Amino acid sequence: MSRLAPQPGERLDRTEAIAFTFDGKPVAALDGDTIGSALYAAGQRTFSRSFKYHRRRGLMCCAGHCPNCLVAVDGAPGVRACTEPVREGMRVEHLNAKPGLELDAMAVTDVLGGPFTPPGFYYKTFIRPRRMWPVYEWVLRHAAGLGRLPERQAERTWRTEYRRRHADVLVVGGGHAGLSAAIAAAEFGADVVLADDGPEPGGRLLWEGGHATARALAQRALAAGVELIGSASALGHFDGLVPVWQGNTLHQVRAKHHVYATGAIEQPLLFTGNDLPGVMLSGGARRLVALYGVKPGTRAVIASTSDRGVQAATALIDAGVEVLAVADLRTAPSPLAARLKERDVEVLHGWTVVASRGRQAVRGALLGRLDAGTADSVGRQFECDLIVVSGGVAPATALIEQAGARTEYDPERGHFRLRMLPPGLWAAGEVAGEGDEQLVAYSGARAGLEAAHALGLGDDGSTGHTAQPAAPIVDEALAPVLATGASNDGKGKGKAFTCFCEDVTAKDINRGVREGYDSIELCKRFTTVTMGPCQGRMCQLSSIRLMSAATGQGLGQIGTTTARPPWSTVPLGALAGRPIEPAKRSSIHGLHRDLGATIKWAGDWRRAYDYGDPQGEALNVHEAAGLIDVSTLGKLVVRGPQAGEFLDLLYPNRLSSLKPGRVRYGVLSTDAGRIMDDGTVSRIDEQTFYVTTTSSGAGAVEQWFSWWLADWKLDVHLSDVTQTLCALNLAGPRAREILSRLTDLDCSPEAFSYLDCRQDQVAGVHSLLMRIGFVGELGYEIHFPAAYGEDVWNAILTAGEPEGIRPFGLEPQRILRLQKQHLIVGQDTDSESTPFAAGMPWAVKLDKEEQFIGKRALAHLAELPAETALVGFAVANGQLPTEGAVVLDQRGRAAGQVTSARRSRQLERVIGMAWVPSALASDGQAITIADNGVRLSASVVTEPFHDPAGELLRS
Amino acid sequence: MSFVLTCPHCGVREVADFAFGGEVSTRPEQPSFRELCEYNYFRRNVAGVQREWWYHRSGCRTWFQAERDTRTNVVLRVGLPGELDGDWAPADGAA
Repeated sequence: MSRLAPQPGERLDRTEAIAFTFDGKPVAALDGDTIGSALYAAGQRTFSRSFKYHRRRGLMCCAGHCPNCLVAVDGAPGVRACTEPVREGMRVEHLNAKPGLELDAMAVTDVLGGPFTPPGFYYKTFIRPRRMWPVYEWVLRHAAGLGRLPERQAERTWRTEYRRRHADVLVVGGGHAGLSAAIAAAEFGADVVLADDGPEPGGRLLWEGGHATARALAQRALAAGVELIGSASALGHFDGLVPVWQGNTLHQVRAKHHVYATGAIEQPLLFTGNDLPGVMLSGGARRLVALYGVKPGTRAVIASTSDRGVQAATALIDAGVEVLAVADLRTAPSPLAARLKERDVEVLHGWTVVASRGRQAVRGALLGRLDAGTADSVGRQFECDLIVVSGGVAPATALIEQAGARTEYDPERGHFRLRMLPPGLWAAGEVAGEGDEQLVAYSGARAGLEAAHALGLGDDGSTGHTAQPAAPIVDEALAPVLATGASNDGKGKGKAFTCFCEDVTAKDINRGVREGYDSIELCKRFTTVTMGPCQGRMCQLSSIRLMSAATGQGLGQIGTTTARPPWSTVPLGALAGRPIEPAKRSSIHGLHRDLGATIKWAGDWRRAYDYGDPQGEALNVHEAAGLIDVSTLGKLVVRGPQAGEFLDLLYPNRLSSLKPGRVRYGVLSTDAGRIMDDGTVSRIDEQTFYVTTTSSGAGAVEQWFSWWLADWKLDVHLSDVTQTLCALNLAGPRAREILSRLTDLDCSPEAFSYLDCRQDQVAGVHSLLMRIGFVGELGYEIHFPAAYGEDVWNAILTAGEPEGIRPFGLEPQRILRLQKQHLIVGQDTDSESTPFAAGMPWAVKLDKEEQFIGKRALAHLAELPAETALVGFAVANGQLPTEGAVVLDQRGRAAGQVTSARRSRQLERVIGMAWVPSALASDGQAITIADNGVRLSASVVTEPFHDPAGELLRS
Repeated sequence: MSFVLTCPHCGVREVADFAFGGEVSTRPEQPSFRELCEYNYFRRNVAGVQREWWYHRSGCRTWFQAERDTRTNVVLRVGLPGELDGDWAPADGAA
C-alpha cells in the first residue's frame, strides 16, 4: 500500500503496476517486486502455517533460506514468496492451513498437541490400539506435507531443456567475491561460467548500499567474457559435474576448476517465540527496505551478536523505523555501537532478546542480560512490532563440502569454517571466512587468479595484482557467549525453535539427547532437524550448539552432518528430463502394424503380441502353418582359427565337434555354474560359427563373449549382427510345402533334417536356414539381411495362402513353447538357477576334458541335491494361476513359484511351469499353489504336454 | 556418479557411456570350493586405487581397464588389457 521513497539501487519499476491474487484476493504490486515484498507492502504478516504446530509464520530472511514464506503459485506448491518475482495474473495460495491462514483448524496441535507429537512421535504415539491404525493413518496423511500437487495434469506444459557446458572455471556465487574471482580468471583468458541465484549479480552489495560497485563489477565480468547464469541454483557437486538449474533449463556444467563464493547465511537467535511474524533477520529487514522500498515495521528492537545487527539499526533508522533499543550480546562496545548512541539509540551491551510478545504478530519484546550463560528473568519490556535479530553467520559450505572440502569448528568465529580443500577447488569471500569487504574482494581475485594459473594462463607477475589488505581483528568478546548461549534451553515456558521447517524446538533437541540420540547424525534423524526445505541453513548451527550444551561436548567434537544434494529445492521434473523411451523395432515392424497386430513392450523391443486371436493363431500352427518375426534374437558371428576352441571354453558342452551344417543347442553358464543365457550354435564352416541368444540377453552375451576374448586373446573375431539380420520362424505341418515353393533347397526330411542348417536363397534372398523347434512343430528359422524383411515375409505369406498360413505373435508363441516345456531364460530361471535343477543336465558335459566356464562349479553342483526343480504342471479345475504364485511344500510353507502359466486350447488344459520342492518333482505328484489367497490344486507333469517324444519336431 | 572416463579408442566420455565390468581379478586355475566361491561372489572393494574393467557400450564396444581411486572417482590410468603394466598385486594380499 504505502512504500518508502525510491531507494537507491531498488529493484522496482514504480511505473509498471502488476496485479495478482493471494487466496483469491487481489494484490497490487510493482514490476520488480517479489510475491513476498508485494504482500508485505499490502499489510500481510502471516504468510504460512508451520509444518507440525501450524503456527503463524511471516517473512524472516527474505533471501529464500527459511521456509516461512512457502506458497503455491498457479497450483504448484513449494515456491518461496520472498524470492519469486511477481507476474501479472499470478494465482498465489497459502499452504498447510485449513480453512485459511487466519483460521487454521490444525493450530490446535500447537496448544494441545505437544505431548502427542514430540520428536519421533510416530515411533511412540498413534500406534495402539492397532485396529485404530486406519484412522490414525488418515489423520496423519492429511496432516503431513506442505502442499498438494494438482491431481490432474491435462497436458505436459513444462519441459526441461538440458545444456552441457564445458568450461575452464565455474564460479558459484555472484557476490563481491564471486564476481572478483570470475573477473580475475577471465581477464587472464580462462573460459569462465558464473552461476548466481539472484536476478542480478552482486549479492549483499545490492542491498547494503554497494549496488553501484555490484553493477560495475558485473559490467567488467561480462566485458571479460564471463558467461553469467543468473536466477539459478547450483544443486550439488557430483565428481566435477555441477548441475545449475535456471528456470526451465538445467545447465550441466563440467569445469576443470571450481571457485565457490557461496557466502554465509545469517543465523536467527534462539528465544521463546522466535518464530512469530515480525521477527526478522537483519538481512531480511534490510532487503525489504533497499530492494523493494518496503518499511518492515514502525517500532523495532534489534538483538545482535555482531556488527551486522548494529549496521541494520542505522539502515532502519534512515528508513523511518523507530529503533527503540539495540541489544548487543557483546560485552565490549564496538565503534559502530558507539555511533548509534550518538543518534540517541539505546544500546544495551551484554543483552539479548529473551522472548517475543504477541499472538498473531509481534507486539512487544522482552530483552534481558545474559550473564555467564543464564538468562536473567528480570529484563525490560518494549512495545514494538518488529524484532530484528542477527545471530552471526554460518558459511554456506554445503556445496563445497560435496566437492570434497572439510570443515572444522572455529571457536573464535563461532561457526564451522573450511579447513581443507582438494586440488582444483577454491573458496572465496564469506564462505572462506572473509567477512571484511576488502578481504572479500581480495580473496575472490586471488581465487580466480590461482584457478587461471592452474590452467596454465597468466604468469608469475600476475600475482602482484592486488595487495593483501590487513586482516581485521576478530571480536573475542563474541564467541564464548554464543557457545553457551541459548537463552531458552528447555527451562522456560513456550517454544524456542531451532528448526523452523520441521518445528523442532530447543526442548526437542534436549529430549532427543536424553533419549540417547546423542550424536549429531542420530539426533538429526530422530528429531528431523535440518531435514526440511531449508536443509540446515537456519538450524544446523543452532542445533549443534544445543547438542553441545546438552551433552557437554564441544561443537567441534559434535561436528556437522554430511552435506547432501540437492542444496536448493528443485522439482523432480527438472531432473527427470524428457520422457523419452528408446524403443527397438524389427525391420518389418510396419507390416505387423498393418496386419492389425497388438504391439507391446518386450524389454527394449516393440513386438507383435498377437494379430487379434492368440489362441487361434497357436492352434493354426498345429493344424497348418504359422509365421512369426523373431528378429529380436541376438545373433553373433564367431569366426577364426580358434573359434571352436573359444566356444568350447564358453559353453559347458562341446561345440568344436559340431560338423558344418549342424546346429546344437547351448546353455551358457557363469563361472558359478548358473544359467546365463541359452540359444543355438550353428557351424557354418570350419572357422565360422553362428550363435543365437535370447532377445533380452543379446547385449549381455556379446559383452560376455568379448570380455573373455579380451582376456584370453584368441585368434577369433566376433561380429554382432543382431540388428543386421531379420529372422523369421515358419512352423507347422505344412511348413515344408510352403518353404519348398520359395527355394531350390532340397527340403526333404532326409536332406534337411532336424538340427541341420543350410544356406540358400529364399524368395530370392540369400538366407541361413536352421531346422530347430522352439514351438514344437516342424519349423525353419530363416535368417537373412534385414533390408529384405518385407519381401521375404510377404513372399512366405503369399506362398502359404493355399495351406492356410497365418502370422502368429509373441503370445501364441509363448503358449506353444509352454506346451513343449521349453524354458525361457529369465522367466523360468533366475540368476541362481543351475542347468541341473532346471531340467537340462544334458546341456552340461562334465566329462569334457577342456576347461570351460563353470566347469568346477558345475561339477560341484552335480553332486549336490537341489532343493527345488523346474517342472511342468497342469491345473485340475481349469483355473489359471498368476505367474509368480507360490508353490507350497508338504508342510504348507512357501517353497517354490509358478514361472509360466497359460490356457492351451489345443490341449484343453491350463498348463504351466514352476519351481517345486524336489521331493514333489515327480510325474503325477499333486502340488498346491497359493495364489493371492486362493488355493489351487495342480499335478506335476515332467514330460512335454504336447508331442512328448518330439516326433513332430523331427518330421 | 558423474565422473569422466577416457576410452583408449574414442577419448574422454561421461561415465554413463560405459558399462562397469568389475574389479580385475585373477581367475583361479584349480580352485578349492572356497576359492571358487570367493572368486565368484566376493570383492575386495578397496577404498583406494582399484583396477577395473570397463566396456564402451555406447561407443566402440571395447573392453579396457582403468585404475580409479574409489574414494574420489579420479581415474588415474586407462589401457587396453595388458597395457597397464606390472603385476597387479592386490593391496591386501590375494583372497
